[in-house]
Amino acid sequence: MNVVSGTATAGKGRAVSGTNPLGSNLADLVFKYLTALFAAGVLLLVVLMGYEMYRGAEVAIEKFGWTFFAESNWDPVLEEYGALPFVFGTIVSSFLALVISLPLSIGVAVFLSEIAPAWFERPLSFLVELLAGIPSIIYGLWGIFVLVPWIRTSIEPFLSDNLGFLPFFRGAPYGFGMLSAGIILSIMVLPIITSISRDVLKAVPRAQREAALAIGATKWETIRIILSDARSGIFGATLLGLGRAIGETMAVTMVIGNRPSISFSLFDPGYTMASVLANEFTEATSDMYISALIYVALLLFAITIVVNMFARILVWSVTKKAG
Amino acid sequence: MSKLSTKDDSLFLRRKVWNNVMQSLCLTSALIALIPLILIFVYTVSKGAGYLNLEFFIEMPKPVGESGGGMANAIVGTLVLVSLGSAIGLPAGIITGIYLAEFGNNKFGFMVRFMTDVLSGVPSIVAGVVAYTLVVIPMKHFSAFAGGVAMAILMIPTVTRTTEEMIRLVPHSFREAGLALGIPQWKTTLQIVLRTAFRGIVTGILLAIARVAGETAPLLFTALGNRFWSTEIDQPIGSLTVFIYDYAKAPFEDWNNQAWTAALVLIVMISALSFAVRFATRSRYSEK
Repeated sequence: MNVVSGTATAGKGRAVSGTNPLGSNLADLVFKYLTALFAAGVLLLVVLMGYEMYRGAEVAIEKFGWTFFAESNWDPVLEEYGALPFVFGTIVSSFLALVISLPLSIGVAVFLSEIAPAWFERPLSFLVELLAGIPSIIYGLWGIFVLVPWIRTSIEPFLSDNLGFLPFFRGAPYGFGMLSAGIILSIMVLPIITSISRDVLKAVPRAQREAALAIGATKWETIRIILSDARSGIFGATLLGLGRAIGETMAVTMVIGNRPSISFSLFDPGYTMASVLANEFTEATSDMYISALIYVALLLFAITIVVNMFARILVWSVTKKAG
Repeated sequence: MSKLSTKDDSLFLRRKVWNNVMQSLCLTSALIALIPLILIFVYTVSKGAGYLNLEFFIEMPKPVGESGGGMANAIVGTLVLVSLGSAIGLPAGIITGIYLAEFGNNKFGFMVRFMTDVLSGVPSIVAGVVAYTLVVIPMKHFSAFAGGVAMAILMIPTVTRTTEEMIRLVPHSFREAGLALGIPQWKTTLQIVLRTAFRGIVTGILLAIARVAGETAPLLFTALGNRFWSTEIDQPIGSLTVFIYDYAKAPFEDWNNQAWTAALVLIVMISALSFAVRFATRSRYSEK
């Protein structure tokens, strides 16, 4: 038995690696390199995307350079373009989304991975995945007709009555604004952070839980130990959620109010990098206008690539160790 | 001695209470997370169902000011766009997945795998901008084809990774058996390994289709939208999602209601796909 399986593995090793040019024929090599070509295509696609956008944005890059992201004047009529309001809006709305979503997501992930019995975990995980599958446009539609009116009539008056001394909760309650964008984003990133955190938690070796319980820790104390083991993975999951929030377009465009201003009140309308693209790209008439918008897209691309790279590395570092 | 034990008792009690509080908080957060899901479904069904009738599926949008009409062109447009995206994205994704699973245990494979993961995090609107510079600018006008390219870019990562994972699930003995019979490796991969993993790969494809069918942002300035009947791939084409966007923003109540109906149709289409996936995978596991 041992001998048989031994030779089988040896045979497989030779054929798969294709080191025997006599045994493996030309077709195998062609097959291998043909598939490799497609794989290289995917790598090239990422490079091509960056290059295409760089070319499209060249006019704006030459004219404005890096100051593009430090200027706050966005006036297509006067051909003045500064992207600071969009960068600001993206940062504030994504940050707000994480502040709301992170504690909830970790709670749900802990519940799914550590507390819920199997018969309950499966349907619940499915529902969370369903939440991730709802198209952005439907969040936006729901946002316009349900969430925004509710925020205008209930949440914003409540916040300005009770926390009005803070600069974040001042001004007239429009409904359409940064707060609505943050809340809708928090709903949208929750499934991502939850499902990846759950996977990360599940990847923590069982022995850790047994050890903690064996020395008399309560369930919650055990969970805290597991959480600290998984923290870099959870941080990665958070970054993935951040990446999604930064790039989220339709739902945000529909509820944020789309005004290129910088205001510290969350009640005021704002604008994000993604929503300015969605809103103004088809209206852009001059070459400089389009170029400036593509420049915004290029920055968005660069930011999400960097955020995702870090996130993937962090998540891998945890799940790989366990696997 | 007795003092010490009451101190122990109170510590124990505190740990126990804390334990219960935190566990209930986790349960509560799970319940809170479900509230938006329920609300979105309830609103979409209750608001969308009112306008749902045969007319919606077979008639064209009426001009501004006239009520009624349907979105036949948008439904067909979404199908055309998804087909175009699949025609470009599926072969590329599947073949890349085959490479990663069968030959990808090297540095190059690692890089490709990493880049696919990163690509899946790129915002969909960026895919739209790339399709705009790649297709719309050279062609000098918006087209269904440009929309298809944007969708393909979004499909490739999902299809690649699921194809790879599904092929990796195929036991090594299958490959060994094929090779032992003297079947060349390429034939073993295509006719034995790929066929075994077929069901899982279809799952991945359905998921990718469900995802892009709901995309709006990459279509705004590629396929643009069209209120008239068109299946030409070099002309602008309507889609359910872009219609929802336009109709939701419009100041006419009739249009707003139609947006809800379109949302309901879209959500039913996507849920049907994801339930199909659920069933396909479940029966696969129970067979084992």
